[in-house]
Amino acid sequence: MADLVIRDLQVQVEEKVILKGVSLEVSRGEIHAIMGPNGSGKSTLANVLMGNPFYQVTRGDVLYKGEDLLAMAPDERAKKGLFIAFQYPVSIPGVTMASFLRTAISARRGYTNELIPIGEFQKILKAKLDALKILDPAIVGRYVNEGFSGGEKKRAEILQMAILEPEIAIMDETDSGLDIDSVKVVADGILEMYRAAKGGMGVLVITHYSRILQFLKPTFVHIMYDGRIVVSGGPELAEELEQHGYEGIRAQFEVIAAEVQEEGAVRRAGKVFWVVH
Amino acid sequence: MATTSPLGIEIDQYKWGFHDPENLVFKARKGLDRDTVEMISHMKGEPDWMRAFRLHSFEHFQRRPMPKWGADLGQINFDEIYYYLKPSDGKGLTWEDVPADIKRTFDRLGIPEAEKKYLAGVGAQYESESVYHNLKEEWEKLGVIFLDTDSALKQYPDLFKEYFGTVVPPEDNKVAALNSAVWSGGSFVYVPEGVKVDIPMQAYFRINAEKSGQFERTLIICEPGSYVHYVEGCTAPTYTTDALHSAVVEIIVKEGARCRYTTIQNWSKNVYNLVTKRAVAYRDATMEWVDGNLGSKLTMKYPSVYMVEPGAKAEILSIAFAGAGQQQDPGGKVIHAAPHTQSSIVSKSISKDGGRAGYRGLVKVYAGAKGSKCAVRCDALILDEKSRSDTYPYMEIDEQDVSVTHEATVSKVSDEQLFYLMSRGIKADEAMNMIVRGFIEPIVKELPLEYAVELNRLIAMEMEGSVG
Repeated sequence: MADLVIRDLQVQVEEKVILKGVSLEVSRGEIHAIMGPNGSGKSTLANVLMGNPFYQVTRGDVLYKGEDLLAMAPDERAKKGLFIAFQYPVSIPGVTMASFLRTAISARRGYTNELIPIGEFQKILKAKLDALKILDPAIVGRYVNEGFSGGEKKRAEILQMAILEPEIAIMDETDSGLDIDSVKVVADGILEMYRAAKGGMGVLVITHYSRILQFLKPTFVHIMYDGRIVVSGGPELAEELEQHGYEGIRAQFEVIAAEVQEEGAVRRAGKVFWVVH
Repeated sequence: MATTSPLGIEIDQYKWGFHDPENLVFKARKGLDRDTVEMISHMKGEPDWMRAFRLHSFEHFQRRPMPKWGADLGQINFDEIYYYLKPSDGKGLTWEDVPADIKRTFDRLGIPEAEKKYLAGVGAQYESESVYHNLKEEWEKLGVIFLDTDSALKQYPDLFKEYFGTVVPPEDNKVAALNSAVWSGGSFVYVPEGVKVDIPMQAYFRINAEKSGQFERTLIICEPGSYVHYVEGCTAPTYTTDALHSAVVEIIVKEGARCRYTTIQNWSKNVYNLVTKRAVAYRDATMEWVDGNLGSKLTMKYPSVYMVEPGAKAEILSIAFAGAGQQQDPGGKVIHAAPHTQSSIVSKSISKDGGRAGYRGLVKVYAGAKGSKCAVRCDALILDEKSRSDTYPYMEIDEQDVSVTHEATVSKVSDEQLFYLMSRGIKADEAMNMIVRGFIEPIVKELPLEYAVELNRLIAMEMEGSVG
């Protein structure tokens, strides 16, 4: 069984249904990308996987290494190796990055009543900052995300990811708001972690644009539309999307729509078109 | 039957029993009258002027109505309080009498055994005697005086008389009048010209003095160009069976001097804590109040600075935490009575479990205090629906050429913040703690390290069970 198994997930906020039955499997060692227009439900999926209480799951289930993920509090999910790099990280005034990171890594590494020794923490922190080279080390003395530029916030999320060494990492529009050089730097950082991860790391990249995918080279690309994954394929799907837009995909879909409805899923030219309920 | 003592005080000698110096058995009683005030002064062997001061204060206390502008003080029964000596039936308070939750708190703060007993009011001394002695010798070489207030009156009568009651007169308010009538204990600090005391002076180092009492009186005099940081109280809960704590603190900061006064108050939750703290700052002098209020049933305390000469500066930092059944009504007052004076007030209040915490303050700028600046910032953090925050910022500005700013925020811990921290593996209660610690961090970082650490631990304990 895959490490992360999402089955027919339906999610709503108050009365509005946002995810209308999403199924997806992600395992360590794989890089998946989910692309889709604004409002298609990509960020909702990411937040629900991490346990954001703002969303209600009304159908379906999620298994993480065979366990019921939806029954776990967000901190338990994190301790078990799930991570999300947020699109809009919030600031925590008065709490330094250093103190935040030390508390977080202590939890991830199973320290229950005390924190990881300060010397050990500093060694890890320095190693990660040196390896990533994406942030001025002075950032650790600043308050969490407080007064960070858009780029600093995104890079700080990557630093957290490096320190927590997740097994499955979700990148929620990590590339948005970054210039192309920064996208490469951040993508290199993610790849570095991906390669270095003992036991492998699975990555689920949520993005509007294919540019970060040029660097990350995902093995699987999924297109989300109106709360569903409608097409899955390889990296060429991202290029196709770049060239022909969502309209191009929709045109193909319409040609085989009847067939998909009947079969549930239809494979064409390396892509899988999924049934739309 | 009333008779006249050798000091000319009318007292009932039989009642007080101090006609027999070999066997001083005091049948102290509750309530306050003229005789009790006389007795206190007599027992302490005070000069006439102090006895007169006490009696005058007592009269004012009697005449003065209870203040009605703030929190409800109607439940204080002045007749149920012992004003000087506690009933001594030979038992006193023992360790067994100290409530279990207070003992647990001591244990969890890791407070040494001897200190625990001192804090709980059952041990006489705190084991820092040797530390204190070394410091005391150093201070004495510099001409610094650090004594309990009663001894200071005896040893430095002229110095004492020159300043005592000049900053907070008995007529200031009802509880200041009460303190002036029955005061006992407190600290007296004198720092000579140009002397900078580099180690914070802590009240609990002054072990040979009596334990912090109900009606302590503190007087600090900073001669020109001097510096002192005085630290009062401690973060561990101070257990007392007394229902009222009413202190007066007077500080004189002369030209170019700087004084910082730090208080962490954690009275047990039955106490009315009504304290008058005031400083006068002269030319280019700086007065800083750092005030943390955690315990008590009700605290009303508005440290003030009168900036009476050009260039004087005032800084007031205040933290208040109110849990179930508590009301914290702290704040500050800054009086700009000279040109080019500067002040800032930063207040952070936290309320939870139905507690009330807030800010009450006054900014007064007199006509002619040109070029003065004042900034007030008060932030309230409310942790649940049951709790509340009150802000009463009074401003009286009688001068055009000034800059006065006021900012106030009221916030709740957001689900987004909690979720963000939890998504990094941090448990809900620890996440809540971090947010609260972050909220007060701007003030905590001004505290001496050991106080900052203890305060954070204490708040963590107060926060327990705040997340479902």
